[in-house]
Amino acid sequence: MPWVAGTYPVKLAQEILIWGIFAMSLDLLVGYAGMISFGHSAFFGLGGYVAALCLKHWSPSLASAVLLPAVAAGVAGLVIGYLSIRVSGVYFIMLTLAFSQMLYAAAFSTEWLGSSDGLPGVPRPSLPGVDLNLTPAFHLYVMVFFALAGVALDRIVRSPFGRVLRGIDDNAHRMAAVGYAVNRFKLVAFVVAAVIAGLAGSLYAQFNGYVSPEMLFWTTSGEALLMVIIGGTRTLAGPVLGAAAFIGLQSLVSSYTERWMLILGAVFIGFVLWAPAGLLGLVQEGAEPRA
Amino acid sequence: MLLFLLSVGLTLIFGMLDVINLAHGSFYTLGAYAGLAIAAVTGDFWIALALAPVVVAAVGALIERGCLRALYARGPNAQVLLTFGFIYLFDDLVKWIWGAHVRSMPPPAMLAGSVALGALRFPSYRLFVIVFGLAVAGLLWLLLERTRLGAILRAGVYDREMTAGLGVNVHRVFTGVFAVGAALAAVAGVIAVPIQAAYPGMGVEILVRTLIVVVIGGLGSLKGSLAGSLILGQAETFGKAWFPDTSMFIIYGVMVLVLLARPTGLFGRELR
Repeated sequence: MPWVAGTYPVKLAQEILIWGIFAMSLDLLVGYAGMISFGHSAFFGLGGYVAALCLKHWSPSLASAVLLPAVAAGVAGLVIGYLSIRVSGVYFIMLTLAFSQMLYAAAFSTEWLGSSDGLPGVPRPSLPGVDLNLTPAFHLYVMVFFALAGVALDRIVRSPFGRVLRGIDDNAHRMAAVGYAVNRFKLVAFVVAAVIAGLAGSLYAQFNGYVSPEMLFWTTSGEALLMVIIGGTRTLAGPVLGAAAFIGLQSLVSSYTERWMLILGAVFIGFVLWAPAGLLGLVQEGAEPRA
Repeated sequence: MLLFLLSVGLTLIFGMLDVINLAHGSFYTLGAYAGLAIAAVTGDFWIALALAPVVVAAVGALIERGCLRALYARGPNAQVLLTFGFIYLFDDLVKWIWGAHVRSMPPPAMLAGSVALGALRFPSYRLFVIVFGLAVAGLLWLLLERTRLGAILRAGVYDREMTAGLGVNVHRVFTGVFAVGAALAAVAGVIAVPIQAAYPGMGVEILVRTLIVVVIGGLGSLKGSLAGSLILGQAETFGKAWFPDTSMFIIYGVMVLVLLARPTGLFGRELR
């Protein structure tokens, strides 16, 4: 496909894949563990910034492009998660939001992080025998990580660990009474989601060639939430579908009118009100008539 | 005081409805632009200040009736997401109707000068904002503590089901509270225009700070909003003066510290 299609659709596809990884990691929290985080952008942005710094100033290797950003996001996830999961519901939303805004403020006001402009000129890593500056090669590269993240998350949600998370979402008190250390499970889920979000952020930095504080701003988390809800929570295909719908709609509608945010908002409100199971839910409903 | 007006509306809505209204910033923007439009037609700031909140309150009531009501059974998360959707809707609507550029209007003529207090001179409009905010705070306090309606509201905050069981039409109260909260945000919006002008992103920008105020003060607490906005205002002002590079960082730090020490905020009630 990427060899025949023009560059614009391929770029769109790459953007969908990257946002798909980000949205899937968020859904591990929102859909499976029932933790609505408005601070997931913290890890997306952190991954991006770490990748940008390492690739520019240290070495253009896979370690800077993937390993370090993911580790940094994981460590941040451990700290933020440890502090945030002590509260739940609305307070969890607020605390995660505050942490991501804190990072945003830090990036925005720190000179060597480029302040409001961010960091331009992020190189792609050089692999032996492959030139990632060529679109097809980079496409494959993104697809590999998309597949890895997808498989990893799929294994996680199918494992006993994933079932415990669902149990916590359904009834945290009962899970605690049965003897599960609820907060420890939540923390692990938070860290895993952070690591994968960091990976997505680093890929996004390599895709764009720059990072900006916008990646850390709380509306970035909101956009990922939109994707998760539109696609369908508690599935992994849903968030990816949502990302495709979001980015597809954005590029389609914005070529006709400037009013795409209005349409997006209306579509989103419609989904929250009438189709809480998202696009996937609609598809399944159509496939099997309700008894 | 702007922050106080905004956070009081937000905290009222949360206290009564258990809804974190992310579209609160959009009500603020909407109020500012509605005020501009009304002032442009009538040429009078005071008419704008009186009418714009009414318009926005009507919008708020419609949202509560049409959308939020269907979601009470589905828990707070769905409501938060719904109001997030309205941010997109309203912000783009404002851009569509009024364009994306910054608009301003002068303060009303009688407040255009400045007043000497001791050795310092203050712009009289800013003093008016402070007095006005205090007046609203006083009125709200009277309403909540001294009237029958206030008693119903406080009962509703305390135990919604019991209040309904005692024969209060809780649904109507909900719609009313949401509308009043929206109106307070709109008042803040109109008042803000002569100070900092109106632009489509103003709501999203102030929303986060409003949320911080409410969380610091304690969700659902009027006293908390006042305390929270004072703390945040001071932290910001002194932060800017003393550590200009990290001032943005400080307010989030304050919030995190408060939440970790007292998860329900300074004056918050225990979560049900």
